[in-house]
Amino acid sequence: MQLWSHQIAAVLRLEMKKTFFSKRGWWIYCLAAGPVFVTTLHWIVMARLRSGVGTGHHLGDDSIIFAGIFQFFYLRAVIFFGCMGIFSNLFRGEMLEKTLHYYYLTPMRRELLVVGKYLAGLSVALVLFVSSTALAFLTIARHFGQAWTDYLYHGPGMSQLGSYMLVAALGCVGYGAVFLLCGLFFRNPMIPAAVVFVWENLNPFLPTLLKKISVIFYLRSLCPVEVPVPPPFSVMVIDADPTPMWLAVPGLLLLSMIIIAYTAMSARQTEINYGE
Amino acid sequence: MSDSVISFANVSRFYGEVLGINKVNLTIPPGITSLVGPNGSGKTTLMNLMTGLIRPTQGEIKVLGIAPDDPERLCKMVGYCAQFDACPKGLTGHQFIYWFLRMHGYTPAECERKTAAAIERVSMTPAAQRPVGAYSKGMRQRIKLAQSIAHDPQVLVLDEPLNGLDPMARAETIALFREWGQSGRHVIVSSHILHEVDQISDQVILLSQGYVVAEGEIKGVRDEVKEQPMQILVRCNDPGGLAARLFLQDHMVEAKISRDRKGLLLRTSDADSFYLLLNKVILESGLEVESVAPADDDVNSVYQYLIGGEGGAV
Repeated sequence: MQLWSHQIAAVLRLEMKKTFFSKRGWWIYCLAAGPVFVTTLHWIVMARLRSGVGTGHHLGDDSIIFAGIFQFFYLRAVIFFGCMGIFSNLFRGEMLEKTLHYYYLTPMRRELLVVGKYLAGLSVALVLFVSSTALAFLTIARHFGQAWTDYLYHGPGMSQLGSYMLVAALGCVGYGAVFLLCGLFFRNPMIPAAVVFVWENLNPFLPTLLKKISVIFYLRSLCPVEVPVPPPFSVMVIDADPTPMWLAVPGLLLLSMIIIAYTAMSARQTEINYGE
Repeated sequence: MSDSVISFANVSRFYGEVLGINKVNLTIPPGITSLVGPNGSGKTTLMNLMTGLIRPTQGEIKVLGIAPDDPERLCKMVGYCAQFDACPKGLTGHQFIYWFLRMHGYTPAECERKTAAAIERVSMTPAAQRPVGAYSKGMRQRIKLAQSIAHDPQVLVLDEPLNGLDPMARAETIALFREWGQSGRHVIVSSHILHEVDQISDQVILLSQGYVVAEGEIKGVRDEVKEQPMQILVRCNDPGGLAARLFLQDHMVEAKISRDRKGLLLRTSDADSFYLLLNKVILESGLEVESVAPADDDVNSVYQYLIGGEGGAV
């Protein structure tokens, strides 16, 4: 193995050791577990109701409910804030704890340090949010029993699950890159995070051209089920042609790589200043 | 510039409008060099500059011929035990050293061996498997020291390394510095504990308000402070008679006889003339001299003369 791969592997393993199951990240685990808790509750409650009088709702309804949960809660809150917590702390957290100099005193390229830390953060984010997505999807309509199993194995279920997991993963990749950059450049990453949050949530109401300068636009294009926008918001929403998958996926990956490359090059110029 | 020294050429560093250090020109040879100065004098700035953690606003720094903005080469040769009392959370002492060694590119077997050796060197083996977060301040200081020496650096930079250490650990740590200094490496130490600095330093750099006030061997620095009369302690059988003979000379400023009537503390503005005169007095009067020793060529005295105030905090 090359020296650089040894060094990245060392950063990755050290960060995983520090990041996974750290007390500081309790709220991120709660965030990831939240939707699973809601869908499990939904399953249990609906299973009891169905065993009684019946509820009158169909499997298709749950599919749309999950699409709504995914687009409005997962992407805009769970993955967004989860990635903010994980990635902006990769450098900012070290600054606050006054431990970044240990990394800067190793003979590894700062660019590799950035990549190693990003990969560590991404690993954690993928495990938490992709598995959370999968669990929430698998439990939301569990009360339909055999019909749900058929939907999964003989219908569009697995394909939808794959798409949601892909979108969740791409969300981690994209938001991870954005918040890694914020963590390196801003003393308080909450401020840029708030700006990005407002921008991402204004997306449906922005003109077509501006829509495309956001992560959420590409992620929504990849979602397998469209969520109808209720009035009065539907009046304000501006429709734009969704980006095809062949363009959205590599486009998002390319955008993320550009952000990471810029962060990596900037890291070479950063100094240790713990604000004393 | 030689590849065996650390050099600063007209180096300045400002933090916004605040001065860190200004127009510093230094050449630091191998051995133990102490940075001495009051808080805010620029000691940590100087150390951060030579380890590449910050960059100079102007000027050029070379550490054994390598610029600090080349961390891939520099950090193989430099170990830095910074003043920050922090270690990465969630790691044991062993893991702390082991994982940062892995980032140097050593194999797992090499890392294990170097980690064990470094931990042993600071007498932390029994506590190596405990989390760093559970260590006392002194233990954290020692594990930080172990981390900085684990890759066997040519240049060891230590910012207040004796802080928090008990007397036994201090003695062990000072012995470690001596051993490293004598092996031809650079050991750069900043410390407020001047009598300990005095014991171990081959040379000192005195800093005040961002400027280098003096540098070199302590005795040489003391000799340069001409405006302060030199203090010399003479132990002999007739200090009164000696004082009377010596005061016939213009360069004698003050003389004090010790309570046991065996010692004479003299202040003279011309040490060379004093020593010549002393030889003459001994030959002429048959004075029995037990010892003659300078009384103020230590770091504490030099600090007081050049910077002022009480430097010798313990």
